[in-house]
Amino acid sequence: MSVDGASAPAQAAVVRPAWHEAGWVHTVGAILLALVVGTGVLAASGTNPLTAYAALLSGAFGGTYALATTLVDSLPLMLVGVGVALTFQAGLVNIGGEAQYVIGCIAAAAVGIALPHLAPAAHIPLALLAAMGAGAVLGLVPGVLKAYLNVNEVVSTLMLSYATVYFGHYLLEQGPMSVSIYENQSAPIAQTAVLPLLLPGTQLSWGLVLAPVLAVAVSFFLYRTTTGFGLRMMGHNPRAARYAGVAVAPLTVLAMTVSGALGGLGGGVQILGNYHALFDGFTDNYGFTAFVVALMARNNPYGVLLASLLFGTLANGGSAMQATTGVSPAILDVIEGLIIFFIAADRIVAWMLGRRRGGGATAQPAAAEVAS
Amino acid sequence: MGFFANPVLWASTLTLTVPIALAAIGATFSERGGVVNIAMEGLMEVGALIAVVVAAATRDAWLGAAAGTAAGALAAVLLGWASLHLRADQIVTGMAVNVLFTGLTSAGGLTGFLLVALYGQNGTPVTTPQLPLWRIPGLDAVPFLGQVLSGQIAVFYIFLALLVAAQFALFRTRWGLRLRSVGENPHAADSLGVGVIGLKWQGVLISGALSGLAGAYLSIGTLNLYNTGMVAGRGFIALAAVIVGGWNPAGAALVSLVFGFLTAATYQLQTASALPKNLVLMIPYLVTIVVLAAFARRVRAPAADGVVYEPRA
Repeated sequence: MSVDGASAPAQAAVVRPAWHEAGWVHTVGAILLALVVGTGVLAASGTNPLTAYAALLSGAFGGTYALATTLVDSLPLMLVGVGVALTFQAGLVNIGGEAQYVIGCIAAAAVGIALPHLAPAAHIPLALLAAMGAGAVLGLVPGVLKAYLNVNEVVSTLMLSYATVYFGHYLLEQGPMSVSIYENQSAPIAQTAVLPLLLPGTQLSWGLVLAPVLAVAVSFFLYRTTTGFGLRMMGHNPRAARYAGVAVAPLTVLAMTVSGALGGLGGGVQILGNYHALFDGFTDNYGFTAFVVALMARNNPYGVLLASLLFGTLANGGSAMQATTGVSPAILDVIEGLIIFFIAADRIVAWMLGRRRGGGATAQPAAAEVAS
Repeated sequence: MGFFANPVLWASTLTLTVPIALAAIGATFSERGGVVNIAMEGLMEVGALIAVVVAAATRDAWLGAAAGTAAGALAAVLLGWASLHLRADQIVTGMAVNVLFTGLTSAGGLTGFLLVALYGQNGTPVTTPQLPLWRIPGLDAVPFLGQVLSGQIAVFYIFLALLVAAQFALFRTRWGLRLRSVGENPHAADSLGVGVIGLKWQGVLISGALSGLAGAYLSIGTLNLYNTGMVAGRGFIALAAVIVGGWNPAGAALVSLVFGFLTAATYQLQTASALPKNLVLMIPYLVTIVVLAAFARRVRAPAADGVVYEPRA
């Protein structure tokens, strides 16, 4: 406000590998480093780290049911995360995953409950489309605000997320979707809207198939189409992209809308495939976690699948670890935070890898234009 | 209108404004120096926890507040070190700091871990002292104004002084000019002999300290306990206040005040009106978006905000 006028000349763009372009070796290094520090914290708090990690691994992978549950915990992160990664590639810091996931849950549940006489072949796609449409709207709004009114997307998506979570509470706490005034949950969706199980006896539905399909589709879009190229260029250097004729404003709207649709789909799949109803606390912070997942994946759609699996493993294995050793699952938050920290600060990892050339310099953040 | 004439509404507006405004004012220093700080949420959480720990151990709320402030600055060292020396992406680092300290689940990250490690499942000691309320002599007797402005938590008055000092330091001193030049064009500042990295560090540490104080205000000001996740998004709202307020302490405080008012008004509405509670609770967030849409074209971020500084060899 007070230093207007003399707008400083743009910094000459230093072309360096960005943090999200460093190699996967650095990611693995960051994860290992975080585990080492986490082990230290565990040991310092008087827990045997080996017992804790063994419990975590057997909880996450010991047997079909455990494995399926790990995948169930990962699936929403995969679907929402692929969308978030798409916006990150465009240089948009989109924290709206939570809003889109939540509204997707709500829309899918509404369609699943309200239309009980459809054939599954129509009901399931209709409910998922409703979820995607609702999510797309909550992506479109911050997209338009950013593209045409210069509204910072960090703030608008965050505010929308908070508001949407309250909207979900409103619907369930004696609101229009609550089944009775005593229970903060909705009626179950019709059987015709339930996604069939992939593994009987578990909660793993056919929704899982969507995750790799979407990762392939988004990756094709980003790396094999002109629009995708423009989008990535915009993320790298919006000024240069504008000069090169990239339509920055419409692409911003497009990226946010598509990402919103994917976030909504994540919610829809969760309701149709797993929860089968809305209940208070149904959000589970999946939308916010997906933001972190996309960061960890360095914005790569395939990386999102792997990062989601890691988070699913920690979530599912964490409960087992707590049950066996009494360790607070908060330690897993610490490890997750450290992983992201070491991924961002990958000079530490580069140094540990023996100062190998290349990965050390991190510049030109995805969010270089975060506040402009 | 009886609603607006109620001094309780305005007194609670101020009470709710302080934690957001403190963190937001701090962040204007960090961002004016070119370091984006989205880690206020985590830093406030650290300040809130440590304030209770120290206040409970020493039986002195002021020592608790000082410790919370120091802890916020100390936690911000992570952000400063990564962004200024390891040249890490500031958004990613900031989010990492949030996840590290507050977590993604109700478990609460490192603060939740420490809470359980220190106090078990029983929560912080019930005997934890609380920061005093200050009655302003003279003002106390004035009707309405006295009820609103006097008797606030002591930190409120410190906040007023800090606000004036922050505005002055940033825009009326040589130091402030240098800090701002670093956030606008660090290479130009460097060529004029300004110590870029040192100034950026000062911005980050001020932001950490004020976030820590804001956390202490929540835990031993408004209450005398710490709960995981008690910051409840205020750090992110402070980020919004910085941006909508035009990277300016007074602007940030004004936006925080608007948010504080909306929140206080929703509390009153919840008890007074037939509107469902959760719909009322949506209002501050939606209004923030509308306000942002109305004013965003007029504010401009420091040109090099969020840009990694690579010194020229």
